[in-house]
Amino acid sequence: MASKVVLSGPDIERALKRIAHEIVESQRGRHDLVFLGIPTRGVILSNRLAELVNSIEPQTIERGVLDVTMYRDDLRTKSTRATTPTTIPASGIDGKTVVLVDDVLYSGRTIRAALDAITALGRPQAVRLAVLVDRGHRELPIRADFVGKNLPSAVDERVYVQLDETDGDEMVGIR
Amino acid sequence: MKHFISTHSIARVTAVQLLDTTADMADVRQRDVKKLPTLRGKTVANVFFEDSTRTRLSFEAAALALSADVSTFTAKGSSVSKGESLKDTVQTLESMGADFIVLRHFDSGAAATVATSGWVDAHVINAGDGTHEHPTQALLDAYTLRHRMFGLEARGRDLSGVRVVIVGDILHSRVARSNIWMLSALGAQVTIAAPRTLLPRDIALWPVTVVETLDAALDAGVDAVMTLRIQKERMNDAFFPGAAEYTRFWGMTAQRLSQVGSHTVVMHPGPMNRGLEIAGSVADSERSTVREQVTNGVAARMAVLYTLLGEGQE
Repeated sequence: MASKVVLSGPDIERALKRIAHEIVESQRGRHDLVFLGIPTRGVILSNRLAELVNSIEPQTIERGVLDVTMYRDDLRTKSTRATTPTTIPASGIDGKTVVLVDDVLYSGRTIRAALDAITALGRPQAVRLAVLVDRGHRELPIRADFVGKNLPSAVDERVYVQLDETDGDEMVGIR
Repeated sequence: MKHFISTHSIARVTAVQLLDTTADMADVRQRDVKKLPTLRGKTVANVFFEDSTRTRLSFEAAALALSADVSTFTAKGSSVSKGESLKDTVQTLESMGADFIVLRHFDSGAAATVATSGWVDAHVINAGDGTHEHPTQALLDAYTLRHRMFGLEARGRDLSGVRVVIVGDILHSRVARSNIWMLSALGAQVTIAAPRTLLPRDIALWPVTVVETLDAALDAGVDAVMTLRIQKERMNDAFFPGAAEYTRFWGMTAQRLSQVGSHTVVMHPGPMNRGLEIAGSVADSERSTVREQVTNGVAARMAVLYTLLGEGQE
């Protein structure tokens, strides 16, 4: 199947900068952000967004990694997935604004699992969702607060994100 | 992986994956909310034909922590005393909805038989079969050892170069067998120290070094000493002259603990015969991992239940 580049490296950088500005705007002066990335690429994007937000409006931003594997609803129908460690700030997430970060938003099931995982960890004041790409085809009533690129796609197409840290390249493609 | 019966010929990559999953489960056990929804709607049947405290409670805790329903069967006071067979017992439990059967049985090979005979579709986990294997004990021991050796650097690592001495009743010990296979698969060097009467005849075929005395094994350098329980219930003959003599030659005493490196840990699968194979002061010392082993047992069993849930390995 033909492969097409949707976002180049500089496009990804611009999209993240815009999201960072939107996050700062939505803060309205509250400095209680906790960025939680969903492995693997969500963690990288989460770290980049935290840096960008901090460069726009300097503040202490807490970070963590949220593994949602054990909360998925497809465990019994798919082969065993490897789990990864979850790390949250030592002070917890209670009363804070959690920004969940993932690379691609598709069915919404990963985010549903993430919301359950967060509930087990504490009670944030609010949970926001930031994604690099929203490709549609939601199966649950979930939407992102911050989107890098809306990408209409067919169900049989594959959207893939490559980042320097994991793939040695920066791009979003579809095939 | 459909069943967890044995650690014999387990692949190193599989073993490391199980250890990493155990680590993630152990993290969950540290949280305020210690429960995961992973096995919601599934039933775990604990089927125990032999007495057990920690293994049965540990499997129960693991199943509950993953939100499974648990039913527990113990042979005492059951229809086994009316002559019901193993086949009928496990089929009855599956008919009541068991998705996982955790089996402890006095016959070596019982779990493998249930898993391969076609009697049931459920996942089978061996919780100890006769003098054969106890694979979840080996997993929790390997996890405890890796965690003590490497701490925060443990993830993804095997046990290459780690020196383990297993001392005591190898002949009757399923814990020893499962541990030897597991530790060897992970690259550890295993040394066996035991009275000749308590060594299996085919020990030369095992991936271990056998030494004549415990002191020789300790003097050669060791990272962990695994003491095994003297199993009075399986001993119909005189395997050694007496308890005092056993302790003098094979017991992990305070004197022997002081003779090994300060990083060396002492492990025991429990239940302990204090003063026989392990001194009370050693069991209660900081170098002992006995309590950690029990704690880690729940996480290890959660990891096994989770790993079997998927249809196959990735």
